[in-house]
Amino acid sequence: MRIGVVQFPGTNCELDVMRVVTSLGGEAELLFHTEASARGVDAVIVPGGFAHGDYLRAGAIARFSPIMEAVAEYARSGGPVVGICNGFQVLCEAGLLPGALQKNAGLKFVCQTVELRVETTTTVLTNQATVGQILRVPINHFEGNYVCDDRTLDALRTEERIVVRYVVNPNGSRDDIAGVCNETRNVVGLMPHPERASEPLLGSDDGLVMLRSLFASVVAA
Amino acid sequence: MPSFTATVDITHLPGILDPQGATIDRALPALGYTNVSQVKVGKSIRLTVAAESEAAARAQVDEMCHRLLANPVIEAFSITLERA
Repeated sequence: MRIGVVQFPGTNCELDVMRVVTSLGGEAELLFHTEASARGVDAVIVPGGFAHGDYLRAGAIARFSPIMEAVAEYARSGGPVVGICNGFQVLCEAGLLPGALQKNAGLKFVCQTVELRVETTTTVLTNQATVGQILRVPINHFEGNYVCDDRTLDALRTEERIVVRYVVNPNGSRDDIAGVCNETRNVVGLMPHPERASEPLLGSDDGLVMLRSLFASVVAA
Repeated sequence: MPSFTATVDITHLPGILDPQGATIDRALPALGYTNVSQVKVGKSIRLTVAAESEAAARAQVDEMCHRLLANPVIEAFSITLERA
């Protein structure tokens, strides 16, 4: 099980993600932003941080990195790709996921553990969870307010592509959306950080079911 | 080749929350400007392009807006060109 973890200048959650991947028995390897290949990994995680300083818009510069060309190609071929926090923003900018993340309503940076409700289990990040399951996972962002047009929201709802919702909306996200997936359900982006809810010492290990799901999607493929 | 200075004004699409604008909208009346409303905060990007004609420069800046400078999901943009 080889999980590629993308690293841009300004990424800061890559080591946390790699640590959890390793603790679950996987092999984690960094994919530097200048690389033009995903090196045949079994899944890709785009972790959180402030890629290229979030200049212009979060993820706007990062999406043109050589590695993102490779990740997009990998996603199109059905490979599992997960974007966490800034990684979610990058995947939206890259057009791999619909919508965009804008500044939190109220202009507050939010850093707290929140409750998420699993809305679908037919994605690479939730196949080991149950619908309606409540997961306690930290969020840590200023631009996590998910927006999309009405037509996109209708599609997300009817195609059951809203992966997790906030139980209590912390940032103004449309329809309490915390994470969504693409049409083929192999690309998932979410603002909460499952890697930061990976052992009881951190206050919650509810994020493990998500990473176990990613592993399971590889085994099933 | 002539140069053109382009100013790209980027604003939120209608219906997209503008929390910064809303905050200023609340702050100005608190200072006594009670006749102010509809405050919007956007971005302004200035750049110079060398191009054969104004039309060529505009076409290129328009392409830059679609590819990088603006996110069409949440933003609208307008371009003003001047001969540099």
